[in-house]
Amino acid sequence: MSIDQSDIDKLAQLSRLEFAESEHADFVSKLGSIVEFVDQLQAAETEGVLPMAHPLDLVQRLRPDTADPNIDREALQSTTDAVADGLYLVPKVIE
Amino acid sequence: MNDRMHAWTLTETRAALDDGMTTSTELVRHLLDRVQGAGEALNAFITVDVERALERAAASDERRRTGAARSLEGLPIAHKDIFCTRGVRTTCGSKMLETFVPPYDATVVSNLEAAGAVVIGKTNMDEFAMGSSNETSYFGDVRNPWSTACSPGGSSGGSAAAVAARLVAAATGTDTGGSIRQPAALCGLTGLKPTYGRVSRYGMIAFASSLDQAGTLTRSAADAAMLLSVMAGADPHDSTSVDVPVEDYEAELAKSVKGKRIGVVREFMVDGNDPENTAALEAAFDVLRSLGAEVVEISLPNIGLSVPTYYVVAPAECSSNLSRFDGVRFGHRVSDPRDLQDLYTRSRAEGFGDEVKRRIMTGTYVLSAGYYDAYYLKAQQVRRLISADFQAAFEQVDLLAGPTTPTCAFRLGEKTDDPITMYLNDIYTIGANLAGLPAISVPCGYAQGLPVGLQLVAPAFGESQLLNLAHQYQLLTDWHTHAPEAFA
Repeated sequence: MSIDQSDIDKLAQLSRLEFAESEHADFVSKLGSIVEFVDQLQAAETEGVLPMAHPLDLVQRLRPDTADPNIDREALQSTTDAVADGLYLVPKVIE
Repeated sequence: MNDRMHAWTLTETRAALDDGMTTSTELVRHLLDRVQGAGEALNAFITVDVERALERAAASDERRRTGAARSLEGLPIAHKDIFCTRGVRTTCGSKMLETFVPPYDATVVSNLEAAGAVVIGKTNMDEFAMGSSNETSYFGDVRNPWSTACSPGGSSGGSAAAVAARLVAAATGTDTGGSIRQPAALCGLTGLKPTYGRVSRYGMIAFASSLDQAGTLTRSAADAAMLLSVMAGADPHDSTSVDVPVEDYEAELAKSVKGKRIGVVREFMVDGNDPENTAALEAAFDVLRSLGAEVVEISLPNIGLSVPTYYVVAPAECSSNLSRFDGVRFGHRVSDPRDLQDLYTRSRAEGFGDEVKRRIMTGTYVLSAGYYDAYYLKAQQVRRLISADFQAAFEQVDLLAGPTTPTCAFRLGEKTDDPITMYLNDIYTIGANLAGLPAISVPCGYAQGLPVGLQLVAPAFGESQLLNLAHQYQLLTDWHTHAPEAFA
């Protein structure tokens, strides 16, 4: 599968990234070589092989669904200036 | 006061503190002088925490005076800057987190602190741990203490350079595809990646969650055992940490390895490796034989697909994990967003470096509609084939052995233009991550005057076997005691 500029534009949009015009050629070429490299997987015989999502095939441990207020809200929100009254501030979404 | 304190291993430092030969305060002062003196040129640290380190050292000395010393009391260590430290900036090597001060500690950090360790600073790393040379760091390249024109490897390059240069006796690292073992090999250190789930990932900034694992960079297997005993264990804050009893790794070190079957991986001993690396490894296998181990050849038929498998699975998980960096709750935020989409997009475009962007884009590609089955699902299937190869091998042998890397340290700038060449540096380390297995790299000689690493891999939760064999090897060899001349 080869990669062209329209793929990069679409992936950038999905990834919430953007690139300057001057970066386009480099990203097309390097991403193209990565995709070409991983394409060698296509040759592997995997008929009937169960996909492996966890390295030890373990099921996640569950705990009782109770609130664990181990970090307070103020401390958590100290990582940004854009807060007011305990809420995060973003540009206006609804007119 | 001893002006050679920096040369002590963690084990030697603990003995010296126990014997009252020095104090944690003296030790920390001495190391900080080196970090801010000769060590400065290596760029191994992103943040040096002088005030807090001295405060903690003093508190530690006080505990020792009152007979309340804990297992790592007063021992200076450093953390890779991927571990959240409450009140201390944690950057993950990225502009995205240049000013991020976490409101909590990673479990690795709190476990080590609860045992008495004193943190002197946070080490440099590839951005979000994505790199094999420490050249993707927003905070600049790290230099290899053995040759400052060379890379220390990555992504735990700062931790490796700091320990190799005797700026600190031990540092934490993380290993997603080789990020502890490869820099350990390139810097002449002992680098341990435990079993997936052996050590909590809570507070360890996520790159690829089914592969990431915390471990250690030290100068000996005995030091790694000391740290792992404290770091390991199930954690209610990480549901992927595994509830398997933590062994007394230090107590296991002295056991005989006579009769152990060691399988040398045929697919790792290829002509493409540097012949001097191969010669060093062959000599290491002879040492294993002289310990009474039986060294046989073994095959992992699908291991050749481990790098392409990894470069589907890891970017897929990374594209998902890094979606949290949206400029809203933490991290870089553009100052004048036009709207919400613009806030997301430009904050990310400005905050991430090129390699991180490439991996996010690759991950988005392999997960996108129309490509998911061909790439992501396929890679998950090949991952199972690779894992099954390891399982089959461990029915015949106790441990696997081979090189950690194909060559010794490479020059800074040498591989930055071609991502694939860089990715192939992890060709021998990635398999253990895909299969979730513990692995260690120990120094076993030199090629072109630079350190060479011997890699050992064990079955899941076989850390004590791994550390035992590495320790027995280090009792018969002295490679691990060599220091780079400029930092001896």
